[in-house]
Amino acid sequence: MSLRSAGVPATGDSAGRAVDQRQAPRKRKNFLGRQPLGLLFSAPYVIFVLAVLAYPLGYAVYISFHQFYFTAPGVQVDRPFVGLDNYISVLSDPEVQRSFANIGVFLIINVPLTVGLSLVLANALNRVTRLKTFFRVSYYVPYVTASVAVVGVWLFLFQQNGLVNSILGPLAPNPSWLTNSWLAMPTVALYVTWKQLGFFILLYLAALQNIPDELYESASVDGGNKWVQFWNITVPGVRSASVLVTLLATITGANLFTEPYLLTGGGGPDGASTSPVFLMYQKGILQGNPDVAAALGVVLVIGVLLIALIQKRLVGGKED
Amino acid sequence: MKHGKVSSRILSLTAIAVIGAGLAACGGGASSSTASGANSATTAKGPIKIWYSNNESEVKWGKDMVAAWNAAHPDQQVDAQEIPAGKSSEEVIGAAITAGNAPCLVFNTSPVSVPQFQKQGGLVPLDSFPDGAQYIKDRTGDLADQYKSSDGKMYQLPWKSNPVVLFYNKDIFAKAGLDPANPKLATQSQFLDTARTLVKSGAVANAVWPSTASDFFQSWFDFYPFYAANTQGSQLVKDGKATFNNDQGKQVATMFQTLYKENLASKEVYKGDSFADGKAAMSLAGPWAIASYKGKVNWGEVPIPAAATQDKSYTFSDAKNVAMYSACKNQGTAWDVLKFATSKEQDGKLLSQTGQMPMRKDLTTAYADYFTQNPAYKNFADQAARTVEVPNLNNAVQVWQTFRDAWSKSVIFGNQSIDDAFKGASDKINQLAAQK
Repeated sequence: MSLRSAGVPATGDSAGRAVDQRQAPRKRKNFLGRQPLGLLFSAPYVIFVLAVLAYPLGYAVYISFHQFYFTAPGVQVDRPFVGLDNYISVLSDPEVQRSFANIGVFLIINVPLTVGLSLVLANALNRVTRLKTFFRVSYYVPYVTASVAVVGVWLFLFQQNGLVNSILGPLAPNPSWLTNSWLAMPTVALYVTWKQLGFFILLYLAALQNIPDELYESASVDGGNKWVQFWNITVPGVRSASVLVTLLATITGANLFTEPYLLTGGGGPDGASTSPVFLMYQKGILQGNPDVAAALGVVLVIGVLLIALIQKRLVGGKED
Repeated sequence: MKHGKVSSRILSLTAIAVIGAGLAACGGGASSSTASGANSATTAKGPIKIWYSNNESEVKWGKDMVAAWNAAHPDQQVDAQEIPAGKSSEEVIGAAITAGNAPCLVFNTSPVSVPQFQKQGGLVPLDSFPDGAQYIKDRTGDLADQYKSSDGKMYQLPWKSNPVVLFYNKDIFAKAGLDPANPKLATQSQFLDTARTLVKSGAVANAVWPSTASDFFQSWFDFYPFYAANTQGSQLVKDGKATFNNDQGKQVATMFQTLYKENLASKEVYKGDSFADGKAAMSLAGPWAIASYKGKVNWGEVPIPAAATQDKSYTFSDAKNVAMYSACKNQGTAWDVLKFATSKEQDGKLLSQTGQMPMRKDLTTAYADYFTQNPAYKNFADQAARTVEVPNLNNAVQVWQTFRDAWSKSVIFGNQSIDDAFKGASDKINQLAAQK
């Protein structure tokens, strides 16, 4: 028989212990959050992120600080810690420096063009009443088509004897677009902008549905023309989508690989369209130096995070 | 709100723990196989897996060869497939080595990748088999020495070569007023003059169209065959030193620079085969390409021209070899299959079905009937005896990439002088060759 059931007042200690025991399930509940079942539901994705993203990222960081190469299972080799050697090797490599400059050119062209065009086209598509599905599908098709297939079309357009040069006639650049050190990367940037536009238009279309029609009606009553409505209602109304589009365009752009690989013969001419990820492939996979490639990858991740942070502050404003 | 923060912290800590565990796990490594284990593996018999090229005619040869083996060896069946798709066979094989699921044999191992696979611990030295070294020597002769690794062992069996020659389109030559039966292509200056005539006549837009892509191996099909011809078979790197920064190397570079400067060759990358499509009048390729020209090009071929006329021409081998991979459990069977697949009978079938030259020292005499019936292939067989291979270096791919970058910069796009580019590449390659 317990003291409590016998009518004996509980001492301070025992009372406290009893309270602790009663609160234990609640604490456990607090520890697991208000909806413990939610953890169960989110667990598959969390495990996926940890296994497919977090673990490889951690492994890449480890590799970047060691002298490392891949070996067959069971083969024991020394993988000494080399500190920042791989980073010094990467950052002092003129090819790497040039690839970052190339990707800078790419982002300066691609990101503003992607944000601007996709917003304008989404706005136009939102107002189209006829053939709406046709237009939406038309813009989305390049996005879902493999680069390998679409690259052929761009080669047909931009090669020496291509359609664009035929139209330009004497105004055609010499050397031509894809073999011109100044024009190769901008051409790649235009290609990627065109290819990915459909996806970003969809994001903006979704955001546009959240802007109440009443705002446009009020602006119209107040005498605001279409431009005023677009600038003062649409643009602020889709700000969160703009942040997302800017970040996604930056991240996918910084990871550029397929397009220079296929369109300009592996970063040509003479490295003018080489990207950091292309160099990672060369160094890590082809040349068997994953340590240097991993260091390059880490530098790229840090660079993209910094740019994304700046963009978020500039585009997102206080709201985000 | 507080719960959210707590949950985020828990997730963050878990993530860090998982990453940390991963890092800790990375530090270790299983112990290497024991010598006795290795010995028992080389005698073990049983079923094995092999990969072969996805080239249509080689697939047919591979299937026939495996069927013949399997019919005679019910207890040691071979499971064969094409090399899985990837950007290149080498990266697929490299990934398989790391994953520990490489097949026993790959009938398309590029010699340039062998040192890297060896460094990964992915290959079985073929001279670890009692008759290994002798079998290779008996079959291939002295040419096999080019494939010896820096530790003196043989990690690849020299299988077949595709001696690179200069193909030309007889119809385009005739259109340009050149004699297709006796083309003036005996020296490099004749080659240049012929290229000028072809383009100026309007018969074709590009006299020749080697790929301008940055891939490390592209120099095997522009610079290297001409350099081999100029130097009577010198490798790019010899005794740990780059050899190309000399008059013979620069002469080849200057010739190609002239081709690009005078618009006799396009600087663009052609997606496809420019020669087969009639976009270029000449092409550098091996006998494997003949099948793709059938019905498309009325072709002729000459040896790669050197700076001066030579009695015996040299060229790049473009060989593909067979290697045995250390993940193989039944290496005894793998060795027997390797010998079966490279026997005189199977080599004969490979020759007749693919047109590629088995690397046999008795090639012309062993298959005399074939070459009598197919005179178009006779020159390739003759040329196969005078081929130069890529140097067997630990950093071979990096070496070739360094050379390719210098070539692109100076020869193709003219952004640097040939002297400076070759000097820079030579210095860097010397450093790479010195690395262990």
